[in-house]
Amino acid sequence: MTAFVDIKDVSLTYKGAAGGVHALDGLDLSLQKGEFAAVVGPSGCGKSSLMKLVTGLLPPDRGSIEIDGTAVRGPVKMAGMAFQNPNLLPWRRVIDNVLLPLEIVEPHRSRFRAEKARYREEARALLATVGLDGFGDRYPWELSGGMQQRVSLCRALIHHPALLMLDEPFAALDAFTREELWCVLRDLWQKIGFTVILVTHDLREATFLADKIHVMSARPGRLVMTRPIDFPRPRPIELCFDPAFTDIVHALRAKIGEVRKA
Amino acid sequence: MNTNTIERLSPWLFTVAMFLIWEAVCRGFKVDPFILPAPSQIFMAMGQYWWPLAKNSFVTLWTTLAGFALAVVFGIVLGLVVGWSRTIYRGLYPVMIGFNSVPKVAVVPILVIWFGIGEIPAILTAFLISFFPIVVNVATGLSTIEPELEDVLRALGAKKLDIMLKIGIPRTQPYLFGALKVAITLAFVGTVVSETIAANAGLGFLMVQAGSNFQMPLVFAGLLLLAAEGIIMYVIFAYIESYFVGWAFRSSMSAAA
Repeated sequence: MTAFVDIKDVSLTYKGAAGGVHALDGLDLSLQKGEFAAVVGPSGCGKSSLMKLVTGLLPPDRGSIEIDGTAVRGPVKMAGMAFQNPNLLPWRRVIDNVLLPLEIVEPHRSRFRAEKARYREEARALLATVGLDGFGDRYPWELSGGMQQRVSLCRALIHHPALLMLDEPFAALDAFTREELWCVLRDLWQKIGFTVILVTHDLREATFLADKIHVMSARPGRLVMTRPIDFPRPRPIELCFDPAFTDIVHALRAKIGEVRKA
Repeated sequence: MNTNTIERLSPWLFTVAMFLIWEAVCRGFKVDPFILPAPSQIFMAMGQYWWPLAKNSFVTLWTTLAGFALAVVFGIVLGLVVGWSRTIYRGLYPVMIGFNSVPKVAVVPILVIWFGIGEIPAILTAFLISFFPIVVNVATGLSTIEPELEDVLRALGAKKLDIMLKIGIPRTQPYLFGALKVAITLAFVGTVVSETIAANAGLGFLMVQAGSNFQMPLVFAGLLLLAAEGIIMYVIFAYIESYFVGWAFRSSMSAAA
């Protein structure tokens, strides 16, 4: 079975005034279609560089990245992205924020004016699935942080991307809201079935959501461990209190402690 | 409700209080009206010379607005160009700062040689003094787009023009309207500077004339009218700002709450 995302021996160095920063070194990572992968590691391990490489915003210095059998050269257009900061546009209503990618990406872009009603309906339906039924006409500042992050997820998914890239999307939320959003993401993923790369610092988050956890080393980042998580789906939130779950989190924690020191 | 009313009335209360204190000081210390006329004397001068004051206020107002309009158009265009690319930004910035550092008083004689005495030097001085904040603010609005948001769109294949149209220009609006409030008051400064040096109409001209005739209450009447024009224009632009970019105030308020 060929991989959907295939990262082979990728290295990346940022050239700066104070010498280069060696961000990634010989990174290998592959994902099957529909897989939920989490990438964890100490801070500054090049996780954000990974986001830029996979979405084609940066070319690697060495190595190759393939998505769905085609080499990535330039923006991939089939990925959705969400970050720690929801980055919603305050002058647009929630629904128009969600629709933003459709105004950019083909083939929706050229159809957008003509089929606006249909797209709006689609956006409303998507908002409803994340629990924001009826919030489409609000402005982002009228929403709580957790709700804004749900909108950000909808914006990342509105153009039906095959790949969803998440860069610590829940890091700025309080613990309860974070767990709520884990479930929102879990349900979206199970319903729609896209491929996910979730970059996170939160080991419980990674263990709860992912099929596989990839642990990266400190800079320059390389893969030091891949840990499959085979709790049955759908996973209830109570799983987080299961001893087997806690054992995995502890093992990951120990591993990261190790690579931080190294 | 009660504190609300007080807050609404407070600008008027403070203004009236300022005039009352001014009046009291002038009377109490028997200040020579030639040094500092009391408000009552100034208002009397306003009544006495209402027609020349009105005529010259109008000249100052329209020349200021003409110069300001030029500044808005050029400022927005140049701001968009400068904010578009880092290279242009870096290249033009020193030139603009140098340009802005030149005292506009020094430019007026040149303008007079080019265009003669009259309204045109006043309009151009108002333009020169007020376009800089507009350029800087528009450029700042464009160049401070959140990099992550730019990544989201670029990953979808957005071109620079898409990013400018969808994000850059809308998010520049609060910066622009903020700059307009500063620029309109600066434009008055520019006009009056030019009028005091070389003009045959306008409040600046009137004040110079009145000063050379030792009519200090009339000089101060000119000053007060200038201040009033500045305040009125500021209020108009503040209102336009809150109408068009109210979202900017509300979103920052919710972030603070």
